Parts: sequence; C-alpha cells; structure tokens
Amino acid sequence: MGIKSLCLKKSLWLFHFGGASCNNCDIEILDCLTPRFDVERFGMLLVGSPRHADVILVNGSINKRDKARLLEVYEQTAKPCMVVAIGACGCTGGIFAEGNTFAGPVDKIIPVDAYIPGCPPKPEAILAGIMKLVQAKFG
Amino acid sequence: MAEHLFHFLVFPGLLFAGVVGGLLSWFDRKVTAWVQFRRGPVLMQPFYDFLKLLLVKETIVPARGSVLTFLYAPVMALFGASVSAALILLPAFGITSGFRGDIIVIFYLLTIPSLSYVTGALASGNPLASVGASREIKLLIGFELTLLLIFATVIMKSGMNISLYEIIAYQQENGALIGSLSGVFLFIPLIFCIQAKLGMVPFDIAEAETELAEGAFIEYSGPPYAMIKFTRYVMLFVLPALAGVMLLGGLSLTGISILWSVLKILAVVLLLTLIRNTNPRLRVGQAMYFFFIWMNALVVIAIILTYSGL
Repeated sequence: MGIKSLCLKKSLWLFHFGGASCNNCDIEILDCLTPRFDVERFGMLLVGSPRHADVILVNGSINKRDKARLLEVYEQTAKPCMVVAIGACGCTGGIFAEGNTFAGPVDKIIPVDAYIPGCPPKPEAILAGIMKLVQAKFG
Repeated sequence: MAEHLFHFLVFPGLLFAGVVGGLLSWFDRKVTAWVQFRRGPVLMQPFYDFLKLLLVKETIVPARGSVLTFLYAPVMALFGASVSAALILLPAFGITSGFRGDIIVIFYLLTIPSLSYVTGALASGNPLASVGASREIKLLIGFELTLLLIFATVIMKSGMNISLYEIIAYQQENGALIGSLSGVFLFIPLIFCIQAKLGMVPFDIAEAETELAEGAFIEYSGPPYAMIKFTRYVMLFVLPALAGVMLLGGLSLTGISILWSVLKILAVVLLLTLIRNTNPRLRVGQAMYFFFIWMNALVVIAIILTYSGL
C-alpha cells in the first residue's frame, strides 16, 4: 500500500448531504460524532464544504429538486471521493420509491461505493459500513 | 546565503516549525477529545491530513474570480509564517540573527497569514468566503492594537531593547518578565491575542464552521488547502513560542532545559485548548469590544505598573 492510499485511508473527511429525509438518518449520522462512537479516532471529520470532502454521505429520498443539488455537490467535490448511501431511502427509495416526485435512488444519479441499509441504520452500522468500504478500497 | 536558506527552509523555519506545529495540533485535538471523554485521533493524524491534501486530492479553482491570486495567497501565508518562525525561533534557541529591531518586523510578518487568507477568500468569489474575509479583517482590527501595545510594553520592560535576542538576554539576567505584576497583566491579553490570531473558538468568527462552513477557506481544496493547513501548524507553534520568548524567559535547546522549554510551549498550548473548549463563540462586535475595552485596559494597567516599577 502506497503512502497516498495510506494517507487517504487514515484521514477521511465526511460531507453530509441530507436529501428529502425524515431526519432520522441525519440524527444517526451525527450520533457517530458523539463521544460514545467518536469517529475522530479513525481520523474522520465532518466538514462543511464539499471542496474538503473525501466521502459524501447521502441519506433521505432524492426527489426531483434534490437531484440537481446532489449532482452539483458531487461535481463540486474534489476528486477522488467516495459516495455512501445511508438508510433505506438512500439505498432503494424505501417507502417513497413509487412517489410522484421521487427521482430515483442515489445510485441512479451518482456512482455509489457503499450502501448502508436500515430505517434508520444504527450508528454502529454506519461506522461498520464505512470501515468495510475503507477495507475493500485500500485493503 | 546557504546558511540563511537552511535557517529559513529547514531549521528552525519551515520544516522544523511545521513538524513541531503538527505535533502540537495533535496535542490540541487529543486534549479536546479528552475534555469531551473521547479517544481522539492518532499521533500522525495532522501529517496524514496534510499529505492526503497535498498528494491525493485535486485542486479546484474558482470559475468566477482571480485564479492567480487565489492560488498565490496560500504561498504568501506560508512564506509569512515560516519567515516569522525563523526570526522568532533563531534568537529563542540562542542563535543571534545579527538583526536589531527584529521584534517590529516580527509584528508585521505575523499579520501576513491573516491578510493572505483574506486576499485568497476575496479572490475566490464565494459569498460565504467574503463574509469570512470581512469578519477576519474586523477581528484583525480588534486585536492588532492590543498586540502592538503588548509588544511596546515588553520592549519598555526589558530596558528599551528592540532586538528579541537582547530581550531574552535581559530576561536571563533579571528573571522572566512574567515574574512581575505587570508581566501577569501582559500575559492575559497576549493569550487572548494568540487565540484570536489562531482562530480558535471564542474567536473562530472568521471560519465559523456551523454557519460559514470554514469561511475564508471554503473554496480551497487539494495542495493549496494543504499549504493553509501547514501554515496553521506553523502558527500554532510560532505564537506560543513568541509568548515563551517575550514573557516566559525564552526557550533553550541545551541539556535539561529542553524539557523546560517543551513544558513552556505545552503549557501555553494547553491553556489555549482549554479556553477553546470551555467557551462559546463571540459575535464579531463582541470580540472587538472585548479587545478594545477590556484587553486594552489590562495592557494600559500593565504600562502604568511598568512605569511605577512593578
């Protein structure tokens, strides 16, 4: 493993994109930052600007309005970046999958690297999902 | 010439100050984690962050805005920080730079990083960045006068020496300046000025993660952002070192006094970290009021005490 992938693996900065979410997944994502789960010990930080992000966490169903925003955020992110779809709505559309305004699950709009299902997934599940993604990508 | 370049680039300038500053930044984050009952990041975390930004990430330049100024600003910031690192740390380690009046130059060099952040933010064409830049300028106006008064009082207390090397020599003969009552009155505003210069929490008005999303740095990515990070590491070492040199009796690299110098720097950084972890952010008006009225009042008291020999 080269120094590049080592540094990327050890310092993943997360950007949180909340679509038309019911806020449950948002709360569970923020739970990962609390002292009980503490993602900073893996070098992860929540950043406010997509320019600094290495991982985009997308949750909530993506409706027609969100689609343009999600595409724009993805294009604004400095590459290489990874995308993680969180929650039933992010992965498949969940109960909104047949809705009028639904614009497709996340992987129809941007390439997704990992799926973390659940309604909402527990913070442990989110952490485990991101660590599995890191191991699959960087060994 | 080669010696000057070595002083500027390797020791004690760019490389040394950056590495020590990175370790101090880890200390800062680790203490923050302990305060919040967390585990905190690993020792190499600041270097992973820096190398990731430098080697892996791509650089995005703004479509609307001045690309050249945008990319030039981090270089200027890093230059200002490492020149001031060299000028402060050379006398601190007992190497005379043979340059009288360097304390005045240091005062101006220390403002270059802040001004470069402002320039880069205004060149990026991002509205959040320009709000951050205007707040940074207001904060700068707030604390610069206090800092200038502190420098003037330190010069006055050490027998009108305007060379940092002689100020240290004076303290080694007559004891550290903080040992007197006026020294204590100088130390408190100096700590708050350092806090504001580093953009730590009571004064992180310009980068305001919650509403401005890093403010002035919002458009930076990849290597330019790595340079900004490195500048911040250097500043995190240089400003506590300045406090150590001006008031705490200087640093030293010989024998057992290495331990003593390290403890001085760590104590100042610990103080900064604890202040940042136990205080909410001020609004920019409150911060300016805080410096204009209260901190200036403390420095004026220190000047009066100095005149009466305390």
